[in-house]
Amino acid sequence: MATLINLTAVKRDADFADRLLSTGESVRSCIQCGTCTASCPAAFAMDISPRKMWRMVQLGLEDEVLHSKTMWLCSVCYQCQVRCPRGIPLTETIAKLKQLAREEKIQEWRESTGFYQAFSDVMRRYGRMREIEFMARYFLTTNPLSALGFANMGLMMMLRGKAKPEMPELGGEGRLDRLFERVAELEGRK
Amino acid sequence: MKYLFYPGCSMDASALEYKAATLAVLQDLGAEVVELEDWTCCGASVAAVMSDLLGLVLPARNLALAEQACQEGETCDMLVGCSACYANFRHTILAAENPATLGKINQALEVEGLIYRGKMQTRHLLDVLANDFGPEEIAARVKRPLTDLVVAPYYGCQTVRPFAPYDDGQHPHSMEALLEALGATVYNHSHEASCCGTALLTTKPDVGVSMVGEILDAASPADCLAAVCPMCHLNLDSYQDKVSKSLGRTIKQPVFFLPQLIGLAFGLPDSALLLKRHLVSVQPVLDKLGLKPVPGRLVTA
Repeated sequence: MATLINLTAVKRDADFADRLLSTGESVRSCIQCGTCTASCPAAFAMDISPRKMWRMVQLGLEDEVLHSKTMWLCSVCYQCQVRCPRGIPLTETIAKLKQLAREEKIQEWRESTGFYQAFSDVMRRYGRMREIEFMARYFLTTNPLSALGFANMGLMMMLRGKAKPEMPELGGEGRLDRLFERVAELEGRK
Repeated sequence: MKYLFYPGCSMDASALEYKAATLAVLQDLGAEVVELEDWTCCGASVAAVMSDLLGLVLPARNLALAEQACQEGETCDMLVGCSACYANFRHTILAAENPATLGKINQALEVEGLIYRGKMQTRHLLDVLANDFGPEEIAARVKRPLTDLVVAPYYGCQTVRPFAPYDDGQHPHSMEALLEALGATVYNHSHEASCCGTALLTTKPDVGVSMVGEILDAASPADCLAAVCPMCHLNLDSYQDKVSKSLGRTIKQPVFFLPQLIGLAFGLPDSALLLKRHLVSVQPVLDKLGLKPVPGRLVTA
């Protein structure tokens, strides 16, 4: 079912498309062929199809795009990017959309934004992933009850030696603290 | 050629069997492999969402370590078994061709006392097996051919997309000749280069289970699947209960890492292949091959 958007009544940011790509290629050159939607393995579950989302980006509908579920269903498989007849780096642009949605602290899809935060925190602290601590942090900060759906699998993985509990180290400097801080400084984020 | 091996987080933890089998097979083939010291996470698909620069700096830190570990006069490539790590390293190598970007990366790496010169290349294990060794060299080492075993290759996405120079991003074929060299029969299917769903299995389980279900369904006429990425393997092997519920029929499909199948054909012991770590038992495949596992070794029944 098509949703109508009254373009004269909504707030639009004319530079939205240009802000997404630092490298020069622009979503503005999208011809709306729909190859991205046809190639996307998760399009069936999206509220806005990829093709439609790129049109909304062209129109500067920043709020609607950043609040949609679409980007959080992207599993970074690059199928749309390699098939795009205009050569737009679509998958990389979605990473940029995720960045913006995180910066705007958009709350709707915490089960996804919480995933990135928990992963990043564990990576920064230990320099390497610790799967059990990551999952614990993730479920505690998003939806603790949903962890039950993974209990059986987690137990099986521990029995097979695939998951190994380790004590969290909470004090002191994290392994990659300095590098993360330096990057933030260079990007003018602190 | 010296391979500087970057295991990455998964191959050092949940997919330890992939690391063990990789090292054992490469040793059998006579390759010189050295694990990179002090490596850190490549950033997975997360770092680029935190910031553009972080998405380049985390892979570059490891590329810089690899450059440092390559002695003068040696030819080295950085060997990677995880497809997400591979795509991140390839992305960084290509981005660093821009001198301004390389400069920015090095401004950040200063705090680690490292410099990335943009010289180190990275290679996926599949590329190394298919092109540095190849089917003939592999066939020559086969002691117990996998005769009558029907294997469905599964490449996933980032193994071949978008930066892999060694294979076609949409219709990959690198595994076929290797599997045939082992004596196995290749089962081609529609989902060889489809995405396994990666983190969606955690964040949006219904969507993820549906994506994994499509792959397992497409490959179901085969005896087993062959994977070359720890994330793909985790998703295909660990969610078969949920997939069975969603498809309304039981799926119990053994999923091997490609080097485990190569190791089986080379006659390597179970201590090197760690076949009992998978959630779905590989026993039906061993039975079909007439192999009986005994502690530490696999011997013909």
